[in-house]
Amino acid sequence: MTLSLQLFQFILSGLTTGSTYALIAIGFSLIHNATGIVNFAQGEFVMLGGMFMITFYSFLKLPMLPAFILTVFSVAAVGLLLEIGPIRRAKSKEILILVMITVGASISIKGLSMVLWGKNPMTLPPFSGEAPLFFYGAVIMPQSIWIFGITVGVVFALNYFFKRTMTGKAMRAVAASRRSAMLTGIPVDRMILLSFTLSGALGAVAGMVLTPITTTSYDVGVMLGLKGFSAAILGGYGSMPGAVAGGLLLGVFESLGAGLISSEYKDAVAFLVLLIILFLKPSGILGRGRLRRI
Amino acid sequence: MGTKNKIYLLIFTLIILTIPAALQNNYHLMVLNVAALNIIVVIGLNLLIGYAGQISLGHAAFFGLGAYLSAIFTVTFGLPLWPAIILAMAITGMIAFAIGIPTLKLEGHYLVMATLGFNIIIYIVMIQLETVTGGPSGFAGIPRLKIAGFVFDSDLKIYYLLWAVSSGVLLLALNLIHSRVGRAMAALSHNEIAARCAGIDTENYKVKIFVISAALASLAGSLYAHYLTFISPGTFSFFYSIQVVTMVLIGGIGSLWGSVLGAILLTVLPEILHAAKEYNVLIYGIILMVVLIFFPQGLFPGIARVFQKRKVDGQAEF
Amino acid sequence: MLEKALPEDKTILEIREITLRFGGLEALNGLSFSIASHQIVSIIGPNGAGKTTLLNAISGVYPLDSGEIFFRGMPISRLKSFQIAALGVNRTFQQAQLFSNMTVLENVMVGMHPRTKSGFWGGMLHLADERREEKMIQEKAKTLLNFFGLLAKADWMAGHISIAEQKRLEICRAMAGEPELLLLDEPVAGLNIRETEAMGDLIIQLKKTGQTIILVEHNMHLVMGISDWLIVLHHGSKIGEGHPEEMQKDIRVVEAYLGA
Repeated sequence: MTLSLQLFQFILSGLTTGSTYALIAIGFSLIHNATGIVNFAQGEFVMLGGMFMITFYSFLKLPMLPAFILTVFSVAAVGLLLEIGPIRRAKSKEILILVMITVGASISIKGLSMVLWGKNPMTLPPFSGEAPLFFYGAVIMPQSIWIFGITVGVVFALNYFFKRTMTGKAMRAVAASRRSAMLTGIPVDRMILLSFTLSGALGAVAGMVLTPITTTSYDVGVMLGLKGFSAAILGGYGSMPGAVAGGLLLGVFESLGAGLISSEYKDAVAFLVLLIILFLKPSGILGRGRLRRI
Repeated sequence: MGTKNKIYLLIFTLIILTIPAALQNNYHLMVLNVAALNIIVVIGLNLLIGYAGQISLGHAAFFGLGAYLSAIFTVTFGLPLWPAIILAMAITGMIAFAIGIPTLKLEGHYLVMATLGFNIIIYIVMIQLETVTGGPSGFAGIPRLKIAGFVFDSDLKIYYLLWAVSSGVLLLALNLIHSRVGRAMAALSHNEIAARCAGIDTENYKVKIFVISAALASLAGSLYAHYLTFISPGTFSFFYSIQVVTMVLIGGIGSLWGSVLGAILLTVLPEILHAAKEYNVLIYGIILMVVLIFFPQGLFPGIARVFQKRKVDGQAEF
Repeated sequence: MLEKALPEDKTILEIREITLRFGGLEALNGLSFSIASHQIVSIIGPNGAGKTTLLNAISGVYPLDSGEIFFRGMPISRLKSFQIAALGVNRTFQQAQLFSNMTVLENVMVGMHPRTKSGFWGGMLHLADERREEKMIQEKAKTLLNFFGLLAKADWMAGHISIAEQKRLEICRAMAGEPELLLLDEPVAGLNIRETEAMGDLIIQLKKTGQTIILVEHNMHLVMGISDWLIVLHHGSKIGEGHPEEMQKDIRVVEAYLGA
């Protein structure tokens, strides 16, 4: 294989994982925009997506589409419960405390998952078979096309939601300024609840499309969440196009790093990139600079 | 540092000296020994969070650096024990300096992200750099702790050494908080602009505190390595970073005594939870959430020193 | 401690053609003036004239876009806030920025930071030098609190005293830094008539110890009563300066307040 073909292959597979990182990153951004919190349980939403799908499809033998929908609803419900319960009831509204509560939630979800599904990795069959396709000389799994396609679909849907629907615009208003939103009669609490619910749904989608490729187990949430978080920072925290760009870029960097340098350090690439960006342009690639000299 | 603190210190010392007699077996001593080390890390972290107003999610990396560096220096390079430990502290401090300088200048919580990323990278390096670190199977044969020929070869002897170091760190930290520097730090964590206009070089202090907290974690890590004589990367994962931050929160941000109690509590808790077998992670997570939701100022409100809440009249307590 | 080193009537502060923009808005626009020491100088002008921005520029909170500020002949516009404070310029804020997590006494003790020096080692090891300095800091702080009438509440949390007391505390903390130049941003905003008079007396007392004071205020009664000199700002530039009585009659000043 020529070098350029290899590179092309790496980039393609990087875009695949990158798409899932993008979905996870969007989930982070949604909640952060609405509340200022970093939701450390985001990665667990992804894990749950895979787990629920396996339960509905492989264990309960439901057909794929209903299983898909049920999974999205289930994890969205988890997100909803997280906000209605621990977050809303917290006596302190300090960001650090709330963030650590999400850490506690992440540990709890992981622990519950361990009890319910055990510790062994499990997987899903790819959505449309395993026969590889060829794309300009590079090998691409059909699942990758699903991942990419679904991500694009989700991004478009979200874009429409935020730009064209009242609810979406209301959420953007809350993100821009909570007080102004409150003053104009927007039910801020409900918007926050919605952001958690949506993030749950997004996590579910990410988990479901990714599991056929990477398998899942009770503890995949942490690393996925951290990488999604890195992607969000990379692209410029808080912006959706940034989350998408960050996710894709992260996936590509990781893939190139694994392919060209060493695959053992693959996971480190994500965080190395994060550190470098932080030192060069802390507001992220698409973020607007906000350095104020005191 | 005030009479109250001196009394607490006295009681604390008495308890430390007498507890071993009351314990049934070695296992309990071991747990307490680890608790002593965690106290060192948590005090440093509390200074960072409570007084510099910064959060680190990467202290496991500094702890791990202390452990691996002094292990490598003594085993691979044959350096004597205490110089190796001090060298490890110095190197860890310098790395913290390098991370802190660019990130602490910025508005916003960039240190969190930087320390998070740093933790993961170091963890992966520990696993992958097998020829140097022993990889996932760990690093064995680390020499025991000793001072001038006296070897600390039992859990009991180590108990006294580690708790002596721990108490020493506590003492230094208590002194620091009640000094000019401590006041400057408290001021800067509360209102940075006012502090700067009052003449406090806040950037400098933030970096210094970060370096000190990293060096303390390194010290604890080195002591850990030479205590257990075997280390492996699993101990130094991101999860430990979360645990020590939780210990600070549970004890109360800014309260050093709270840190002591928080460290002991959260060191003992997982050991107790082992009995719950596969429910242990779930229970740990739930306890964490419950404490944070209902006791955000820490479990020890009497001693807890939260920014808005101290006594109105009389001397403020610590 | 409250005696001043500069001889009378030396130029302590010179503002030379300074411009400061926020985005497209010019908050300070080619502003120039000088201030002699041992005086109370009031900066007045309608809202948005740039008065607080000026204080922020002098104390190094905002960087200038052009021009220079000279303190005792030394250019300070590129220095950081804490360096400017250490050089001898201390300030208060429109809304008292106290360290409410500390006691009244501790707030003043913090103010002494640039004039003291024990560091990490001295603090941690509680060395003899540090102990001596701590004692000195405590005593000086108490003396200052006494001057400001706050000694009785020394151990109260700074957030629990009244607004008038908080404003006094902030000035007390600023004075603890032994400044050559004291900048007060609306010291009587939110105070009632009695408290305002007391504050005015306090400021005059400070001046009598030799302190140079720049005051930004809206309360004309206070300003006319205590100022030695007035500088009038409008849209970021100086439209007049002089003795209070002259300025009262100056047509441009009157127009600025009544007009656009």
